[in-house]
Amino acid sequence: MAITYTSGEQVEVYRFSIPATILIPLTAVFLQAWLPLRFPFFTIFDLPLLVTIGFATARRNPLAGLFTGGLIGILQDALTHQPIGLYGISKTVVGFGASSLGIKLDVENSGARFLLTLLFYGVHEIIYFLIARGLVSLHLEWSWTHEIWSGVANAILGVVLYALLDRVKQRT
Amino acid sequence: MDVLGRYRNLIVLVGVLFAQVLGLAVQVKRTTDGESTHLIRIWAVGAVTPLEKALGWVQTSTGNVWHNYFYLRGVRAENRELKQEIERMRLEQARITQDADQARRLQALLAFKEQFISQTMAAQVIGSSGSEQSRSVYIDKGEHDGIKTDMAVITKDGVVGKVLRVFRSTALVLLIDDQSSGVGAILDKTRLQGILRGTPAGEVVLEKVMSDENVPVGENVLTSGGDGIFPKGLPVGKVTKVVPGSDLFLNIRVRPAADLNRLEEVLVVTKIDERQAQPDQSGAMRAVDILAERLPTVPTKPENPAEGAVKPNAAPPTATTGSTPPGTGVAKPKPSIGIGGTATATPQGTGAANASTSTTGAVKKPLENPLTKPSSPPVNPAEKPKPQPPAQDTPQ
Repeated sequence: MAITYTSGEQVEVYRFSIPATILIPLTAVFLQAWLPLRFPFFTIFDLPLLVTIGFATARRNPLAGLFTGGLIGILQDALTHQPIGLYGISKTVVGFGASSLGIKLDVENSGARFLLTLLFYGVHEIIYFLIARGLVSLHLEWSWTHEIWSGVANAILGVVLYALLDRVKQRT
Repeated sequence: MDVLGRYRNLIVLVGVLFAQVLGLAVQVKRTTDGESTHLIRIWAVGAVTPLEKALGWVQTSTGNVWHNYFYLRGVRAENRELKQEIERMRLEQARITQDADQARRLQALLAFKEQFISQTMAAQVIGSSGSEQSRSVYIDKGEHDGIKTDMAVITKDGVVGKVLRVFRSTALVLLIDDQSSGVGAILDKTRLQGILRGTPAGEVVLEKVMSDENVPVGENVLTSGGDGIFPKGLPVGKVTKVVPGSDLFLNIRVRPAADLNRLEEVLVVTKIDERQAQPDQSGAMRAVDILAERLPTVPTKPENPAEGAVKPNAAPPTATTGSTPPGTGVAKPKPSIGIGGTATATPQGTGAANASTSTTGAVKKPLENPLTKPSSPPVNPAEKPKPQPPAQDTPQ
């Protein structure tokens, strides 16, 4: 069992099997595209983001986190009509940040996971907003109310989703 | 080397971000989007849409079983109500058909060109973009089915959007509530034209209507045909809010006629014909003829003089015998004079108008102005014939 030592604490590092590594992000992207047709409110959730954070915090490897986030984001971008890279860049940063923070913090309990998801949801939205406005000239509107409620909703769903991911992750 | 190893993660992060920003900049700079990223999009769509199609098929099959076998309660009552509705709509249809006939004649006089949806293809919505910033959906028809970019997508309720990207067996449809969409629109009654756009919040607004115009809430918004994508006259939505904008234009909110959040099946307009409006009659019609249709009814002239009182100045019977009075030239089909302003022109082959010979047996005769030629007896309200029954069918 590989253990990393940070600030005197033992932090376990996990990995996912190859089928899980491929199928879970694909399923998340698929559900993100399919569920809003049946449940329009589902657009406030960002399942690929939650999977990115879940993978990054479990693996605790910044490089793996940024590449996973980048690929998931690009896949998500490819389904939209916007230029490819908006979600890619945002999720690359989130993947890197979540895995870096996962090394330093204990993210095994629900409270920490809730706050971590809330934080990175905000980071993701800010980066997306800045790139969309600054680089692509999209006229997005920033609404604090909407973002806070969406962040809380995603954090709650994230806690549930991470519990499910715990079942498929393997200790290295 | 030690520094590189120490900051390896950060360097990789910066490299990956730089590559993506560069790619993004290239895409933004290129006006023809899609070429540089086409392969990535094909892979992504190819990975996701088969599952969406399969789930859609399962859902449709389950729904069919439910609707065809289990959900039959109240069908008889519904059938009865629908029959009543059909009767009511037939009456409405007769009136509209006559108005349409007249409109066509007027359009022909003015050499208008009309657009007709001549071919559509039904498609099922199988997925969405999954993003609040990209309001678009995927349909299960693509290049193999003849779908092309910029084809209009509609439902029975109204306009949905246009085809933005086409893949082998799927296509991406940009909805009208996306901020990058634009639809030429016109207000139904006030005839004010504008551009319909989506907002970042997913609302639909009508732009470019001057702030000094009066736009009532509840007015219908139709396509104007000016964008070259949507045929003219399709319902788009209804005005829900009108407020003065910050500039010279009004801020008009529109509720889309089609429920864009719950799309299941749509129609892709695969062919639009543009042809000059033709009146149903052969030969051009003069404006005076159209006006004459609106004049009061001339009652039946008895064919047999013995049946009715013969007046000394009565006009001789004309069209009933098929003969043409001397000096009137070749008898052309002319409209009979209708009742109470109801257009009863007799275009050949139209169901509604073929019943134009009134129930009293009013004969067709060469048009003459009854106001200047008092050869016919005056209209007696007591003898006024009953209105014609509405047409039962309109052959397509």
